[in-house]
Amino acid sequence: MSHKEVKSEEQSELNITRRSVLGAGAVIAGAGIVGSQIIDPLGKTAYAAGSDNPIKIGFQAHRTGIGALYGRWYERTTNSAAKYINSIGGIAGRPIEIITEDDGTDPKRGADVVEKLATQHKVDFVFGTLFSHVVMGSAPRAGELKIPYFVVSEGYHVASGALNRYVFQPCITDVRAQISAVSGWLFNNLGKNVTLIYPDYAFGYNHRDYASAAAEKHGGKIVAKIAIPPSESSFTRYFVKIPKNTDVIYHVMVGPGVLTFVRELGDHFGPNHPQLFGFIDSLEGVNISSPGLDFLDSSYFWEAMPRYADASDSAGSRFYRNAVGVDNSGASKSDSKDVAAYSHMFGCWETLFAIKEAVEQSGYKSKKDYSTLIETMEGFTGFNEGIAHPQGAKAFSGKTHQCYGQQFVSKVSNGKLNVIHKTSIADGMYEPETDYTKQSL
Amino acid sequence: MSSWINENGPLLFLALLDGTVTAFVLALIALGLSLVFGVMRIVNIAHGEFFMLGAVFSWFAFDLTNDPFWGFLLALVIAPALVGGIAVFSDRFILRKVKYHPESTIVATIGLLYVIQSVTLMVFGPEARAVESPLYFRIQFPWFGYSGYKLIVAGMSALCLLGVWLLMIRSKLGLYMRATQQDIEIAKTCGVPTQKIYAAVFALGGGLAALAGVFVVPIRQADHLMGLEPLLLSFIVVIIGGLGSIRGTIVAAFIIGISDGIISVFYEPTLAKMLATLFVAMVLVLKPSGLYGEEVV
Amino acid sequence: MRKKSLVYSLFFHVGILILLFVLQFILPTYHHSSVSKIMVLASYAVAYNFLLGYTGLMSLGHAMFFASGMYAAGLGIYYLELSALGGLLFGAGFTLVISLIFGLFALRTSGVSFLIVTLMFGQTFYLSILYFNEFTFGQDGFSLAKHLGKLVIFNKEYLYSNPDIRYNFAFILLTAYLLISTFIMFSPVGRILIAIRENESRTELLGYNVFYYKLFALVLSGTFSGIAGATHALLFTYVGSTFAEIHHSISPILWTLLGGAGTVIGPFIGTGIMFYLVDFFSGITSNYQLVVGVVLILMIIWFPMGIMGTLKQKWMKWLP
Repeated sequence: MSHKEVKSEEQSELNITRRSVLGAGAVIAGAGIVGSQIIDPLGKTAYAAGSDNPIKIGFQAHRTGIGALYGRWYERTTNSAAKYINSIGGIAGRPIEIITEDDGTDPKRGADVVEKLATQHKVDFVFGTLFSHVVMGSAPRAGELKIPYFVVSEGYHVASGALNRYVFQPCITDVRAQISAVSGWLFNNLGKNVTLIYPDYAFGYNHRDYASAAAEKHGGKIVAKIAIPPSESSFTRYFVKIPKNTDVIYHVMVGPGVLTFVRELGDHFGPNHPQLFGFIDSLEGVNISSPGLDFLDSSYFWEAMPRYADASDSAGSRFYRNAVGVDNSGASKSDSKDVAAYSHMFGCWETLFAIKEAVEQSGYKSKKDYSTLIETMEGFTGFNEGIAHPQGAKAFSGKTHQCYGQQFVSKVSNGKLNVIHKTSIADGMYEPETDYTKQSL
Repeated sequence: MSSWINENGPLLFLALLDGTVTAFVLALIALGLSLVFGVMRIVNIAHGEFFMLGAVFSWFAFDLTNDPFWGFLLALVIAPALVGGIAVFSDRFILRKVKYHPESTIVATIGLLYVIQSVTLMVFGPEARAVESPLYFRIQFPWFGYSGYKLIVAGMSALCLLGVWLLMIRSKLGLYMRATQQDIEIAKTCGVPTQKIYAAVFALGGGLAALAGVFVVPIRQADHLMGLEPLLLSFIVVIIGGLGSIRGTIVAAFIIGISDGIISVFYEPTLAKMLATLFVAMVLVLKPSGLYGEEVV
Repeated sequence: MRKKSLVYSLFFHVGILILLFVLQFILPTYHHSSVSKIMVLASYAVAYNFLLGYTGLMSLGHAMFFASGMYAAGLGIYYLELSALGGLLFGAGFTLVISLIFGLFALRTSGVSFLIVTLMFGQTFYLSILYFNEFTFGQDGFSLAKHLGKLVIFNKEYLYSNPDIRYNFAFILLTAYLLISTFIMFSPVGRILIAIRENESRTELLGYNVFYYKLFALVLSGTFSGIAGATHALLFTYVGSTFAEIHHSISPILWTLLGGAGTVIGPFIGTGIMFYLVDFFSGITSNYQLVVGVVLILMIIWFPMGIMGTLKQKWMKWLP
């Protein structure tokens, strides 16, 4: 197969992304082309190493610090994605080179890392940050250095307009959309009186505010709002404040304290407890059947990408799971104790593909083509489900630089998570609050 | 008045219960720091890491034996022993080499903290891991349930504190420690092997923190960053209580443990923490030598 | 003998400053911006050393001063639309008041008690940033990038994030602090502060009001840390609670002790070394913290007085 043939096949794949995927039922389109991706992904000519100059992508990783768990899985996923992309011809015929730097999950260091990747390693793009405060500390620097910066964070920062036109979050949905999407199901299925338990900082406030807004919309009532400082290691004193008429406890505890949180919740309530609805953020990297988590049985969780494999999984999803080395229960294939951050890490895989798609569509060759690349990406309306986007199809807004996708509600039974509800992309949409396209570059 | 009690009584009761458990554990950790402060006159910034190692070794014991009860017993033996060993090693090859100079020790123990934390990250991993308690039973009060194991932890910690107190006043080792603390020069002339005492104290301090880690890990979980918070808290306890005073340490631990519990039940937690820290600062401003001043026991 | 020390010191320090100034023309882009940041952080360390090096008082809460300068400047620019200079002055003034009030309370203690009191106040300040997060943006922080105007020099407009502006402003800040430090060192006030460090009770017996001298040192140290914080906000735009955390209080201690607490140039050397240690090792290992820890331990064993302190002891006896 010649170089040109490879290119034209990729070209036709890319045309798919231009098709609108908004509205119900427009999700799996172009099955034929998607199919050809899966039939033989490695059938394309293996890329002749070293011939063209590589596309360098700087990966700002949380290798150490409080984000280390995510950083580890982000790194594995990124490396798997790069390996796969290189095996199918790289980006626009050029191999990807990933250059990783540790930001220690520290916003002070984040800006330095962006600097180092951009000016010393001279990468084409920077991506990979998860924690909000690091995003806030690093993204402005990317704007000053005028280098495209792809966030894999779930935060609402990008879509809120707080950042700059160089920043995108193309492949992981934001908390506002997530909460809006699943709250509807919650209020309609679990109960109307809800107690919110959330961490006492920005991420938690997002949950507090958007869940409250959703309550108004769906006729629910927030009977208590309990903010817990992130450094807390014991939670019993907070549980006493949960009102007796609570139907549902909505919890999104993040950090190592989660195991204690669940255990103490169990100690506090015993067998007579309200419904529980949590966000899998609490349990990323943690085995659901860990000792002390039996209290979670029959409770519900939001997932961005279902941890446990299911017969109905798409071929793209199965390919991805295999490529990143995760088994059917969401743990590493080489170490069953090493549970993946499955609802977040897909963001890295998909973002690299989004970068590929943007580069190939815009004809980006070097830094002077940044504005073309950015404008091209702002023209994307979404991504199709497939190997490139295994979490699911996405809609994308050029104005907010943010994608929108489906969310999952899963139920815990027998130490496993089973998906019982999928939201539509539209469930999580909101009016754009900003328009980056109006800013100059 | 009675409706206030009805509404807030259970909260208060829970606060006292929780506060007591916290206080005992805190006393154990802080005691280690206090002894090191008192006898060696150094600030060990890595003290919280000894606590963390206790919890982490406990997890390994649990993983090895696959049984919560035997794992716990194994941890009780190996965790303080291993941590004590690390302490002795650090004393010999680091602290002694900087001659226990207060400022150099601060830098050196910061380095030690970085080393311990990063090695734990590499070997144990970044995630938090749970350890099952050796005994699990739930006590059902009229208003809420409570973990029986927590009360056992309080009891075990109390026994340990008693043990240390007995060590200090009844044993030869304790005598040597108190002598070294009071006046190292005279102690030397009286034939006290001060170098060995330093090593022993450092090991004892680390061992106590590790023991606290073993007790506490079934209630919470083990992760490589868990040492910072106990470090800060035990600093406060030690200074408020007075350097090197066991009684002072225990009293301060109780004041802090219980008041923290009560204040955060009634006020927003962040505000409660702010008030608590300001309160501590003001106590020191008014009585700089702490509650029990220069007492030895 | 003193004249000779003075002359050597002058040559040495002026030499370093000239070197630093000239470096901006030869450094590659990445190191250019790294050195800018090092200079601002080193200024924080030099300010810290006003207290530690001269009076021997070790504070574990200096992040409070750095952050109050940073937040006063940042919030002033963000909400009150102050100019950059306005923000800087506001930051300085606010920190001056804070350090004065703090000093009046905290200086009743000393030694380890002082250490803990500073730690407590520092923590309270950090918590208040989180508590008032609706106003301060809490842990996430905010960027001044869109709120800073442009700097006008000789009718040309510059952004504050312009590399040359950053470098030279940081350079001016560091130079000013080093000059002040040296000036105090050789002045009567400095002599008294050192006397207090060496033997407080004797100094008091000699009739000096020790409390006022310590307060002076504290307020100087705090205010200048605040100015460094405000400058950091202007040049690097991000204002966040991470700058009020205890780690940011430990950092200047580390930098100062590593470089040499009793010297003027020590804190700068320490800051530079730590920055490059982290930078170098994060490039070659996935766990730079381990290597940094080992290096710290080795360095403090071999250089117990810090690097410049040990050099001063052994060869450069004239070093201030």
